[in-house]
Amino acid sequence: MAIKLYGTAASTNVLRVMACLAEKELDYEFVNVNMSNKEHKSPEFLSRNPFGQVPAFEDGDLKLFESRAITQYLAHTYPDNGTNLIIHDPKKMAIVGVWIEVEAQKFDRFGSKLAWELAYKPMFGLTTDETVVEEHEKNLEQVLDVYESRLSESKYLGGDCFTLADLHHLPVLKYLFGTKAKRLFDARPHVSAWAADIQSRPAWVKAITA
Amino acid sequence: MATPPVKVYGPPLSTAVSRVLVCLLEKDVPFQLVPVNMAKMEHKKPDYVKMQPFGQVPAFQDDDITLFESRAICRYLAEKYPNKGTAGLFGTNPLVKASIDQWLEAESQSFNPPSSVLTFQLFFAPLMKLKQDEALIKQNEAKLEKVLDVYENRLGSSRYLAGDEFTLADLSHLPNTQFLVEKTDKAELFTSRKNVGRWWSEISTRPAWKKVVEMQNA
Repeated sequence: MAIKLYGTAASTNVLRVMACLAEKELDYEFVNVNMSNKEHKSPEFLSRNPFGQVPAFEDGDLKLFESRAITQYLAHTYPDNGTNLIIHDPKKMAIVGVWIEVEAQKFDRFGSKLAWELAYKPMFGLTTDETVVEEHEKNLEQVLDVYESRLSESKYLGGDCFTLADLHHLPVLKYLFGTKAKRLFDARPHVSAWAADIQSRPAWVKAITA
Repeated sequence: MATPPVKVYGPPLSTAVSRVLVCLLEKDVPFQLVPVNMAKMEHKKPDYVKMQPFGQVPAFQDDDITLFESRAICRYLAEKYPNKGTAGLFGTNPLVKASIDQWLEAESQSFNPPSSVLTFQLFFAPLMKLKQDEALIKQNEAKLEKVLDVYENRLGSSRYLAGDEFTLADLSHLPNTQFLVEKTDKAELFTSRKNVGRWWSEISTRPAWKKVVEMQNA
């Protein structure tokens, strides 16, 4: 199979690529990386991702890392497969690009730290640090206030249709919605509706149920 | 001379603003720099927040579109003007573009967090008469060293991060590294690594970046 994704399905960054592959209806081989055995730090894996992180990706001869570079590559290389995740109009795509950065710079920063404290730590038998949770929730709320305003004027973050700008949020949302942090989203009607909408997309449901 | 359609809002000293300025200069795109008085909280006022809803700099306008997030602005400029100024900033074909994007994301996700904390703690905090957090400095220095070890290895077999040409991936590193190398005692992190030192010396002496540094020092 030409497309291979290396990682573990528990990782938000791996899930981000899985969500994209599912929306694009692309076949791929999933190669499990045993992180508890430190496989991601092995020389073989480091040649795929020099930072020793998941995911790593290949499509034929092309090797890539960084989930958001992989999703952009897929969205641009396979425009006619499955869902169109980008906009061809350059001005409209520039706006999508802005909100792709907002997820990467602002939402993920606090969202993934909260997911670590509230979702991952319990999974690994570690103790949640409530002071850290309180701080990150406050920061995330400020970001979600901006989202609330944006989504009151725009159906999706990047514009009228679902794009990578929305898709990139799915993995962290998946984890946060299983914790008390869900209330931050519920408290904001447009954010809540948007989160429900994108999480109910058949491709995403299929990707995380498999 | 007619007013350029491109406007950048914010002070050149801001790392994010300077990232956009160097991109505009590399692309030879005329622009107007509009000052934002951050000491007077101008970036939190309604008129500004309309352009940048997080109340941060830069904001950017090109004709009828308004953008924010410096890396999004850089990608937009590189795509809109592929053949103007320095060509190939974002690649000339999709495979090269993917490789550049990969290293631009590495900058954004791995290099930026620790280098931003260090830049703030070691340069901006003293300037703003704020107390420095020694533990935070130590923690982030260790993180940055790990990233620079990866870069050292990469730049041993590649002239620039994404390949043989200077691209957005390298450009994006200019703002934070400039402060760390020139304005703090952490220059050694870069200069003690042979390949990273060589790369820094090449990218920081590009005329476009030298012009931005002049603007910062003005």
